[in-house]
Amino acid sequence: MNIALFLEMAAEARGDRVAFKDALTGESISFAGLYKAAQAKSQVLHESGASHCALIDTSNLTIPVALFASGWAGIPYVPINYRLTSDEIDALIDRVKPAFVVTDAERREAWTDRSDLIVHERQSFREVHAKSEDVAHWSMDPEGVAVVLFTSGTTGAPKAAIMRHRHLVSYTLMMEFDSADEDEAALVTVPPYHIAGIAAILTSVYQCRRVVQLATFEPDNWLKVAREEGVTSTFVVPTMLSRIVDSLEGQRNADLPNLQAISYGGGKMPLNVIRRAMELFPDTEFTNAYGLTETSSTITLLGPEEHRTALASIDPTTQKRLTSVGLPVPGVEIAIRDDEGRNLPTNVHGEIFVRGEQVSGEYEGIGSRVDEDGWFPTRDAGYVDDDGYLFLDGRADDVIVRGGENLSPGEIEDVLREHECVHDAAVVGMPSQEWGEAVAAAVEVSREVSVEALQMWVREHMRSSRVPEKIQFWDELPYNETGKLLRRVVKAAFVDSP
Amino acid sequence: MASLATGQRLKSAVCNTEIMVISAPDGDLELTCGGVPMGSDGSSESGTVDPNYANGTTIGKRYVNDDGDLELLCVKPGDGSLAVNGTELKIKESKKLPKTD
Repeated sequence: MNIALFLEMAAEARGDRVAFKDALTGESISFAGLYKAAQAKSQVLHESGASHCALIDTSNLTIPVALFASGWAGIPYVPINYRLTSDEIDALIDRVKPAFVVTDAERREAWTDRSDLIVHERQSFREVHAKSEDVAHWSMDPEGVAVVLFTSGTTGAPKAAIMRHRHLVSYTLMMEFDSADEDEAALVTVPPYHIAGIAAILTSVYQCRRVVQLATFEPDNWLKVAREEGVTSTFVVPTMLSRIVDSLEGQRNADLPNLQAISYGGGKMPLNVIRRAMELFPDTEFTNAYGLTETSSTITLLGPEEHRTALASIDPTTQKRLTSVGLPVPGVEIAIRDDEGRNLPTNVHGEIFVRGEQVSGEYEGIGSRVDEDGWFPTRDAGYVDDDGYLFLDGRADDVIVRGGENLSPGEIEDVLREHECVHDAAVVGMPSQEWGEAVAAAVEVSREVSVEALQMWVREHMRSSRVPEKIQFWDELPYNETGKLLRRVVKAAFVDSP
Repeated sequence: MASLATGQRLKSAVCNTEIMVISAPDGDLELTCGGVPMGSDGSSESGTVDPNYANGTTIGKRYVNDDGDLELLCVKPGDGSLAVNGTELKIKESKKLPKTD
């Protein structure tokens, strides 16, 4: 199996149909065009001798070309977060070299002297030809690595999660081939380096559904593009939906009658946001999707029917369903286990484990985290109710998920502790209307310092998303007898006194 | 007779049909299309579709046996129909999922 097969099928069935359109440039490519481009670039990749194909750019038409060409050529596709600092990107590139890189003109310029990288920007990638006119066929080995995604871990360097062709093929096969009507279009705003961005490409191609790419998210423009392109479905992270709802302030209806479906995931959705969204989009079906990079995206779904029932109900148990991430998708099993690995009964909180063909749970240099029975520990905490609905408590390992971006508390604590007035620091996520979770810090100081000065200090050393929105001064941070920081105690302080 | 491996792509010897193996039982079985065994290269011999196995295949449809341990995805359509050990495979009914992306 190989993800390139899906593109071949779409080109065979709906060759003339528009496959991708870049809303920013207005350019588009058909399924047949995409197939031809992927074929041509697979030979370029093959001749380059690169071990990986890295992509460091916003959404555009070269993204699906690079993804399928990599699968065709039999080398992993590695989309990297373009928002990272140059040093961070350099460190990641060093882990996938010798690499073929598609990026922006500025970075290409900076890397001209590197002999271990072949660097292109969008336009030169489009124009580059292979030396040979031969076209090798792709490997059908299910174990071939299709995608490598860098996840942010709790401690130190990001982990390189591996997705083999069999994982992504299994995920995509949940969908029905060629099931989209000619006028259907999916608006994709999640960045290319997010697993949801990759899943959207694969499932859209398999369903022969047009994708409208929107490189940057801004609520008014999102609404404008959705209207102009006749978008019928879309995936958003909670922060996006929150901002869309805010921008519709004072209106009774979003006036997007073509928009049949909005799915959301990637973080905790505030209840008032989803309630308001359902009012503003009365004809749109809402689905909550929960998944991880390591599970090839979605593993549970809360469907439109449950959304409607929960919203209309006065029964507290049914209402609460709106905060659930739903039931496992076909082929996926969920279990809740305690610290000792024992299965827990319903309604008891523990760590979420998942099993299924789409679950990879494997990292480069670390190996597989899947146990001998096929179960993968998600490091997310939660519980399952009597009807099998999964509820999330948050990340078992305390990673702060701010607007879909995973932030490591340890890194922020390290920076705070470097400040001359700070003795110790504890960083936690606090509930946020806008971001799902926001960064909060409790600090022990050795000399008096202002909140603003500490925020400035973090801003000077890290990206702005890491700057604590709230900082409290504590006489002593809470540790247990083995010296482990009691984050839960710190977290509670920000919930109780916001 | 041959064993089938997951992910393997096979071609009909007598029509345009091509399939990918999604899952298959262990051991040998005779997979035919149009009444003739399928192979990884198709075939150069100029056979014809057996009228008893001429219901055709549809791209994107999944074909299963009665035991439920064999599942094939049609990746190219053709005139022959798929059969294992002489018994025609059936199209698997799909479950409709909400749109998720």
